[in-house]
Amino acid sequence: MPIAEADVKWIEEPRLNLFEQLYLPAVVSGLLTTGKHLVKTLAGKEVTVQFPEERPTMPPNYRGVHRLNRDEAGRVKCVACYMCSTACPAHCIDIVAAPAPADWKDREKYPETFVIDELRCIYCGMCEQACPVDAIELTTLFDLTGFSREEMMFDKEKLLSVFDETVKAGTDPVRTHGGKLGVASEPAQPGGIPPSSTGTVS
Amino acid sequence: MNYELHPWWTLLTIAAAFGALQGTCAYLILLERKTAAWVQDRIGPNRVGPLGLLQPIADGIKFLLKEDIIPDHVDRVFFLLAPAVAVGTALLAFAVVPFGPTTTPPQTAWPQTTAEESSSYTPQFQEQVEQYNRTYEAVLAPHVDIGMVFNFAVSSLAVYGIILGGWSSNNKYSLMGSLRSSAQIISYEIPMGMSVLGVVILSGSLNLERIIGHQLAHGWNFFSQPLACLLFLTSIFAECNRLPFDLPEAEQELVGGYHTEYSAMKFALFFLGEYTHMITTSFLLMILFFGGWQFPWLATAESAWVVKLLVFAAKMFVMILLFMLVRWTIPRFRFDQLMGLAWKVLIPLALANLLAVMVVRHLADTNGWSNGVQAGILFGVSVLLLLLTGALTLLQPRNRRPLNLAGPTRVPAETAAR
Repeated sequence: MPIAEADVKWIEEPRLNLFEQLYLPAVVSGLLTTGKHLVKTLAGKEVTVQFPEERPTMPPNYRGVHRLNRDEAGRVKCVACYMCSTACPAHCIDIVAAPAPADWKDREKYPETFVIDELRCIYCGMCEQACPVDAIELTTLFDLTGFSREEMMFDKEKLLSVFDETVKAGTDPVRTHGGKLGVASEPAQPGGIPPSSTGTVS
Repeated sequence: MNYELHPWWTLLTIAAAFGALQGTCAYLILLERKTAAWVQDRIGPNRVGPLGLLQPIADGIKFLLKEDIIPDHVDRVFFLLAPAVAVGTALLAFAVVPFGPTTTPPQTAWPQTTAEESSSYTPQFQEQVEQYNRTYEAVLAPHVDIGMVFNFAVSSLAVYGIILGGWSSNNKYSLMGSLRSSAQIISYEIPMGMSVLGVVILSGSLNLERIIGHQLAHGWNFFSQPLACLLFLTSIFAECNRLPFDLPEAEQELVGGYHTEYSAMKFALFFLGEYTHMITTSFLLMILFFGGWQFPWLATAESAWVVKLLVFAAKMFVMILLFMLVRWTIPRFRFDQLMGLAWKVLIPLALANLLAVMVVRHLADTNGWSNGVQAGILFGVSVLLLLLTGALTLLQPRNRRPLNLAGPTRVPAETAAR
């Protein structure tokens, strides 16, 4: 359908006045802007991070390498519900569920194996959103490298070690309901992180 | 400092100046990269040596050791000649430009006839000339009376390096770059030459040492010739192929421009030529309009040799810094815009300025105006001319067709209703 005449907006170039027409004021003000940046950088306010020596602090919602969270008892939090692997658009999560050990009273199943193909993952964070017990989270680790494809298949132990490392380093605090296991609709625990920042779908 | 005009002295000066020039060029490239980084809130090269200060040396080694590719499809003779022309002309142009303290050549009263001229060569004057010939001048080729003409003639040959390079590369992008360069040279050379004529009329000589000497006695030419200074400044940006006039190497449009097919040392020679050109024109601007090595209270005629040299170098450096800042401030002109600017604005302005200088100089001579009055009037005339140009541009009939932001075609009302 052609555009109706009423919707056509006609615009005219604004007229320059004599001062602007000389161009020199614009050139000078442009040079001042350039100079301002020059001085600012020379004063030590550059934005560059000297990467291998200096590491940037990523925003807390950065989506990097995954981790599997542990509960207070050090057990894997995951209840092997397959919601993350179902939500995953890249089909990179492979879970084998098994009946939970008898002394794990709070759940019926646990993941016997839990493998994420970090090369296939698109780091969309939908696994994190889908997880009902906040067991899988994306960390701010961004420099993931490896020498082989096999090395990049992260199994349960590796994912748990990522949790240990990032929590110990303090870069990625656990973003869950006060660290308690529970269903996704569980209200935030007093003193815990408010639900809006937990990264879960309520 | 006394010296006989001895070939060894000249050779030594050439060796020193050439070495300094090469070193300065190398470090200017580092400065350019650093400035670019600072202006963009970055740090810039800092890995080679402390603060990246060894970067130019690493670059030089890389340029020398890299594989020197000559593609099969090029015209070998001109392909090899082009970088040599580019760097050779740039270095030749530097030959007559003072880079340090100079003395004013002795001058008699302006001789009007041959009889007057011969009678003015008194023994006293001969003695002055002898004295002058024994004085060391910080120029590779001192005492060149047509210094400015030589400089302009040779430095405009530099464009042949670009044209040959683009043509012999047998590559459409390179050719386009060099064609733009030729479009550029016929635009900026004329206002450049004409803007300088005013200075020549005021100081009565093409000898660069004498132009410096004139400013020593009468104050910087900038104050009487601000418009000419502006025109010259604009033109040297085009002359050096620097943004906003770096049309021959518009990376975004022309791959690499005229030097797309060049690699290793041949590419480096183009770079060397460009930076030498920048240094030469910066010195030239300072000589013509800002008194060369002089600076009020800091470097006067009585100052030490080293002070003059350093002040001159510092002034040149300020100009180079302006080159670099402008590069990150003003976007590139299209070549039709450059030609429009040069032919419709710069050339008429330069002509008007030249006329104004001639008239004011004549009036000053006949009415006996003091130098200050003359400079003041010329300054006023410059400002007036600039404002007049702005006003005339405003009065130009504009393309009245409004811009349509909603779509490419305008739909008649009756079809739109259906």
